[in-house]
Amino acid sequence: MKLELRGISKAFGTFYANKGIDLVVDDAEIHCLLGENGAGKSTLMNVLYGLYQPTEGQILVDDQVVDFSGPGDAMAAGIGMVHQHFMLIPVFTVAENVALGAESTKAGGRLDLETTRRKIREISAKYGFDVDPDALVEDLPVGVQQRVEIIKALVRRARVLILDEPTAVLTPQETDELLDIMRQLKANGTSIVFISHKLREVKAVSDQITVIRRGEVVGTVSPQADTTELASMMVGRSVSLSLNKEPATPGEATFQVRDLSVIDEAGTRVLNEVSFDIHRGEILAVAGVQGNGQTELTEAILGTQPVSGGSVQLEGKELLGRSVKQVLAAGVGFVPEDRSVHGLVSQFSIEENLILDLYDRAPFAKGLSMNLAQVRKNAAEQIERFDVRTDNALNPASSLSGGNQQKVVMARELGRELKLFIASQPTRGVDVGSIEFLHRRIVAERDTGTPVMIVSTELDEVIELADRIAVLYKGSIIGIVPADTPRDVLGLMMAGVSADEAAAQHKNQGEGQ
Amino acid sequence: MSAEKTAPAPAKNDLFKQITQGPGLVSVLGVIVALIVGGLLIAVTDERVATTAGYLFARPSDFFSALWEAGTSSYVALFEGSIYNSAQGFAPFLETLTVSTPLICAGLGVGLAFRAGLFNIGAQGQIIIGAAMAGYVGFAWHLPVVLHLLLVIVFGLIGGALWGGLVGLLKARTGAHEVILTIMFNYVALYLLDFLMNTQAFRRPGETNPISPILDTTAVFPALPGSRLHVGFLLAVLLTFGMGWLLKRSTLGFELRAVGHNPLAAQTAGVNVQRAMIVAMALAGALAGAAGVAQVAGTEKVLTAGIAGSLGFDAITVALLGRSTPWGTFFAGLLFGAFRAGAVNMQISTGTPIDIVLVVQSLIVLFIAAPPLIKAMFGLNPKKKKIQAAAAATQGGAQ
Repeated sequence: MKLELRGISKAFGTFYANKGIDLVVDDAEIHCLLGENGAGKSTLMNVLYGLYQPTEGQILVDDQVVDFSGPGDAMAAGIGMVHQHFMLIPVFTVAENVALGAESTKAGGRLDLETTRRKIREISAKYGFDVDPDALVEDLPVGVQQRVEIIKALVRRARVLILDEPTAVLTPQETDELLDIMRQLKANGTSIVFISHKLREVKAVSDQITVIRRGEVVGTVSPQADTTELASMMVGRSVSLSLNKEPATPGEATFQVRDLSVIDEAGTRVLNEVSFDIHRGEILAVAGVQGNGQTELTEAILGTQPVSGGSVQLEGKELLGRSVKQVLAAGVGFVPEDRSVHGLVSQFSIEENLILDLYDRAPFAKGLSMNLAQVRKNAAEQIERFDVRTDNALNPASSLSGGNQQKVVMARELGRELKLFIASQPTRGVDVGSIEFLHRRIVAERDTGTPVMIVSTELDEVIELADRIAVLYKGSIIGIVPADTPRDVLGLMMAGVSADEAAAQHKNQGEGQ
Repeated sequence: MSAEKTAPAPAKNDLFKQITQGPGLVSVLGVIVALIVGGLLIAVTDERVATTAGYLFARPSDFFSALWEAGTSSYVALFEGSIYNSAQGFAPFLETLTVSTPLICAGLGVGLAFRAGLFNIGAQGQIIIGAAMAGYVGFAWHLPVVLHLLLVIVFGLIGGALWGGLVGLLKARTGAHEVILTIMFNYVALYLLDFLMNTQAFRRPGETNPISPILDTTAVFPALPGSRLHVGFLLAVLLTFGMGWLLKRSTLGFELRAVGHNPLAAQTAGVNVQRAMIVAMALAGALAGAAGVAQVAGTEKVLTAGIAGSLGFDAITVALLGRSTPWGTFFAGLLFGAFRAGAVNMQISTGTPIDIVLVVQSLIVLFIAAPPLIKAMFGLNPKKKKIQAAAAATQGGAQ
């Protein structure tokens, strides 16, 4: 099916999220929509899916102008969408989820799930999905849930599939499998609109790449285009993607974690006797798929997560059992994984957020009284130093973009003398330009001799920053490997394969080819 | 993008903030609309309006002039009873300030708790305990001038702080909800005072009614000659300044506000959230306790079972109307004081029942508690656009 967007604009008040966008998706084509956060990709797809009415412009399906007043119309026209956050009901079975909203019924209005089951089996067999129609969705891994979403669209006879950031929640292995599925769908005549900001995947699977910046199309290029060129198109200026950091010169191991265990409220062992060292002047990156104990690890060190055993020592002093304030005062800089929940008070001004954990220390406070002049001065300095884009430090933090919010958190945590720096997901939801900036800051902190711990679920980031990589899987450290470990090996380790076995598998594969 | 969620704060929390700390314009408009609706209510219950309505179509001008007069004359009487009239000059205004004093203090207490994210329904109980302790010191102890009054104030503050702090402690330690705790603490305080008023220690000798001895002259606030206005009003002004300093310029206020907006971020930044809750409730209680002092050592000069009246509940309204800011609460307290002071005159001179003032007060709360209503009425509603934009942002994680 051929899909065409002509001059689509979508305005919210005076703000144009999309402006005059032209896009042609040919029959059986994988067309990638590449752009940064807030570039307008999702808005565009919501227009296409009938969730928004375009302010201007036309949508054409097989050269016929169509008018979608809701997702129902879009579905009827053969457009299916897989949202980034799945629209599945966890306590329903796969078949029930697929049937939902388009249930076939038997006489007397009784639900006919058998037809749906049969369709699921057919599609599952055709693409090798391996999905059991009677499995409960909540029991399925994320990758399989995503396939259920795809099945949902296919059962409704979608001939154009919109995948909104589909790889964000997947392991590297699952990502590869998804890319394979996309190729198969294409071979069977389904067109795909693939929304992503990950250049590697985009180049691997697309036939055409349309780059969007600030709501407008910057250009359409072939996947053979240079990665740096694509990144520059996305950001609107030249960016260097590789850090080219100097090799680490590690000193003594001043940060030591031994047998750290956490048992959660449900009685599950979410962190299982984790041990590692971090040396001065070294970045240890903790890799792993989200939800494998990363949050508990960092929060246990900070002191907001009760532990069931182990020890955490910084320069010979035990951190466990101290209050958060004491841990921070001991020289720990902490960037939490979710800045809007743990890192910032979004209603507070930028100024106040820049001293959120320093408010009761000199020079910002003397006794009970705060020195607002110092707070102001500090804000001016940090905003300058970290290039926070704002016209007024008194604006609430919520007025900043994700990248600038993260700069505020980082500026605050890196703005003092540190003995340990911990950053979780330091660049999650941050635009490409700011990623580079923040990465350089982290490396700069390392180079002053601070032990640095980075927790990230983005393998690219781990590889970029790490001097050593620790892989967490189901609360245990599967292995600690050097930074030059091949991607595949890391991917296997993230899925629970031990370091040695992963290396062996990788070697075999290499020989097999 | 990746797995980035735009992480909206929990909706419940948003609503709480919208109601307790929204823009002041909504308050002002809420008062105006409530006055208009109240005026209409006065008018339609007026006898002359009812009569003229009978021949509305024959002489509509009669009906409308009756309607207008009924509405406006009540408010004119309200004004004359609370601010100024030609016979008494500004004496009614002094009465307004007197009546406002406990409302302002207790309103500050409720507002301070709001700012720390706590719904303090317990001002009533805190006022009662504060008044009981202050009153006891005032009539049972006999101390030199100045020192006596000082101790009366201190014990009143401590009483309120204990009653509020206990709630904070229970919430911090057990996770019990402060709304339920404060409501129950109100009952405990109320019946505790009832009980105390019937003991030898508190009841006036030779008296069978639950009324205490009169407070020593050394224990009461000096009053302005010729009026009931007492020095307690200055205490209210002082406390308003104090709360302003606390919230804006102190580390403690920074902690309380951080906890109020985002306890998780506050905790991550090293704030002891539990301690902050206890401190917030204790301070809120102390402010309500000051209202108790103003009542017992200012206006009443004796302790009775009904010393707190409905002050603790009006204080919630005052804090809401004042958007939980110190000076907003101060002026909201003045407005409510004026309502109370003027209502009497309104009933005497126009026959409009005092209850109508309560109706207006309730309408104000109603309009403030439903900000979208006021915004919709005055076309201030950028909300629809916001929802769309927010939807745009959330739909794709963050596009």
